[in-house]
Amino acid sequence: MKKPLALLAALAMLALPMSAQAHRAWLAPTSTVLSGTDAWVGFDAGMSNGVFIPDHAAMNLAGLVITAPDGSAAAPENMMRGRYRSTFDLHLTQPGTWKIANVSSGLTATWMENGEQKRWRGQAAEFPGTVPAGATDVVATRVSNRIETFVTLGEPTDGVFTNPGDGLVLIPVTHPNDLAAGEAATFKLSIDGLPASGVEVTIARGGSRYRDNPEEMTVTTGADGSFNVTWPEPGMYWLNATVRSPARGETVAANAQYVAVMEVLS
Amino acid sequence: MRKLSLALTVAASAVAAPALAADLTVSVEIPRLTVAAYHRPYVAVWIERPDATTAVRTLAVWYETSNVEEGKDWLKDMRTWWRRGGRALTLPADGVSSATKAPGRHVVTVPGARLRDLPAGDYVMVVEAARELGGREAVRVPFRWGAANTARAAGSTELGAVSVAVTR
Repeated sequence: MKKPLALLAALAMLALPMSAQAHRAWLAPTSTVLSGTDAWVGFDAGMSNGVFIPDHAAMNLAGLVITAPDGSAAAPENMMRGRYRSTFDLHLTQPGTWKIANVSSGLTATWMENGEQKRWRGQAAEFPGTVPAGATDVVATRVSNRIETFVTLGEPTDGVFTNPGDGLVLIPVTHPNDLAAGEAATFKLSIDGLPASGVEVTIARGGSRYRDNPEEMTVTTGADGSFNVTWPEPGMYWLNATVRSPARGETVAANAQYVAVMEVLS
Repeated sequence: MRKLSLALTVAASAVAAPALAADLTVSVEIPRLTVAAYHRPYVAVWIERPDATTAVRTLAVWYETSNVEEGKDWLKDMRTWWRRGGRALTLPADGVSSATKAPGRHVVTVPGARLRDLPAGDYVMVVEAARELGGREAVRVPFRWGAANTARAAGSTELGAVSVAVTR
């Protein structure tokens, strides 16, 4: 039997690498469009209410995966975890589009044991045998989080936009490093390799401290998982979507979150 | 959108000359600015189709060519040009790239032979300037390729008068 409250508690614990439900996770680059033979970009990663405002918690970057334009893995440099943000640098040594992603996935479970609520989190493979005999109200949820951003040296390329077919993923139609204020852009959301339709996407622009209206936008994906956004102003934007799937038969419930940070230029 | 003071005059008295001898001249004025830290702007000059979002041809890029290590790092600050086609170019390029220019009037002359494959029609000449510790401005001048004509517009911050002449 499922208990909605227990489920919510479990989701809250694992919604993000650092379990900061209600806080927004962001991985923000210092530049996104670069020229020259090589370039450096810095990244700040944190969780807070105001996007890109480091005032709550640094992000755990254990799942950091950097993909170079040619598909090879690249390593961050100067990694530092501060009080409110984790930060690192990336040396762009080849032209094209780079993907910087912090990816985590696992399983969370709650159950009642002798009148007490127990909580477990770990990898799905470790789960069998974890729940003791006699436990009741077992709720297991598969959790996946993908927090991404993209930067481009020279001409944009598409090589890093492969769909891992696992979790919630954004597949660009408009290149994320080719965005300008006043123009429209199209992206597709995919869940476990299939179009993610009817999913609400929240779009927030940074700099909310310097204006009174948060100016957030919400759009919903169509049948093919695509959504459109017309950028009202230049700035650094945060895009977020969550897909919660209830348990069905042998399939446990799932909670997949996706975040992208994109820069819109004037 | 900024209003352009545009005067398009199609010269009726085209001098009889071989058809392929049409030349294109772009005059760009870099204004003298009285600021504490003046750096010569990076400037790009390119041709667009009126309805297009890509550069048909980049005619000139003035940047810090002497700085082999870092001169190209700021090409992307000419944001419009970079997006419309600059990022697809390999620089330096003969006849296109050269050093930054001092304030004053500069003329880019493109021999007709270099534009032999440009179909006749309406185009827009775009000049974009981006200055270190300064601003960015793009001036657009509609012109016609295929007949002698002149056109002009002017910037208000980083660029002065820009004129285009197609001569035959």
